[in-house]
Amino acid sequence: MTLDATDRRILKATASGLPLTPHPFEEVARWLFLPEGEVIARMQAMQDDGIIRRVAVAPNHYALGLATNGMSVWDVADVQAEALGAQVGALPFVSHCYLRPRALPDWPYNLFAMLHGRSRGEVEAKRAEVAALLGAACRSNEILYSTRILKKTGMRLAGEG
Amino acid sequence: MRTTLSPEALDATDRLLINRLQDGLSMEHAPFARVAREAGLTEPEVVDRITHLREIGAITRFGPFLDAEAMGGAFCLCAMAVPPERFDEVMTLVNARPEVAHNYERLHRLNMWFVLACEKPDQIAEAAVRIEGETGLQVLRFPKLKEFFIGFRVEA
Repeated sequence: MTLDATDRRILKATASGLPLTPHPFEEVARWLFLPEGEVIARMQAMQDDGIIRRVAVAPNHYALGLATNGMSVWDVADVQAEALGAQVGALPFVSHCYLRPRALPDWPYNLFAMLHGRSRGEVEAKRAEVAALLGAACRSNEILYSTRILKKTGMRLAGEG
Repeated sequence: MRTTLSPEALDATDRLLINRLQDGLSMEHAPFARVAREAGLTEPEVVDRITHLREIGAITRFGPFLDAEAMGGAFCLCAMAVPPERFDEVMTLVNARPEVAHNYERLHRLNMWFVLACEKPDQIAEAAVRIEGETGLQVLRFPKLKEFFIGFRVEA
């Protein structure tokens, strides 16, 4: 799918969020002088194509008490990695879960799962839950806690003109 | 915001809404009406509660979440084992690259983890090689092969 200028106007107008009203798309349509039906149809097409993942809320992990997170990494047998990755991703305390290539011999891990908890002890208990779920399919694991954010830049939308 | 809300700040309905609204709203004239029916609330109650949750900082954003890769971008998680005595020097070199979006220090032999964000996939390798040249350190690349997303859940 190629985004046209109107699609990009919609993405730009909604980049900082949708209005919290009963009819948010109607409001966006008013901003852009477009019919509401066109805004909805274009956003739906972008979602069908995967450009918009979903229209949703982002929870604030810190405010919700989940101030500790760790990047857990697992060496999971390749034949089971996709099925087990989906199960790990579905756990309620896992926010992101990915399969990535190993970097042998330094790095044997192929499954990455971000674990959230109220304390490091709680995160370690959740790591044990993941270990139990993976069972014998997992040969080893580690968890990497972040100590500092060294750089953080927002995602820029290319080609906004 | 790094302040934690008191546990009483949210009731069971708030938690239900936070969980439900992470899954995505349908694109329609009255998207909250559907959520309200599912939750046994009225539409204005749903809108008011989400507005309140945003005001108290329990949610940071309501809107479309974009897949930057689907829009044509390329991303790659990278890691380096930086000798502690060179950490600040290497951090300055890495952060100076415009392709470096996020960079985190982590407790591990691989102690620097960053995300390269480029417009085209072949620019990822170029950026990694350039950082290797500037720092004299190996840049391990961990591109995403598969993503499992469900979102996390607050205890209802």
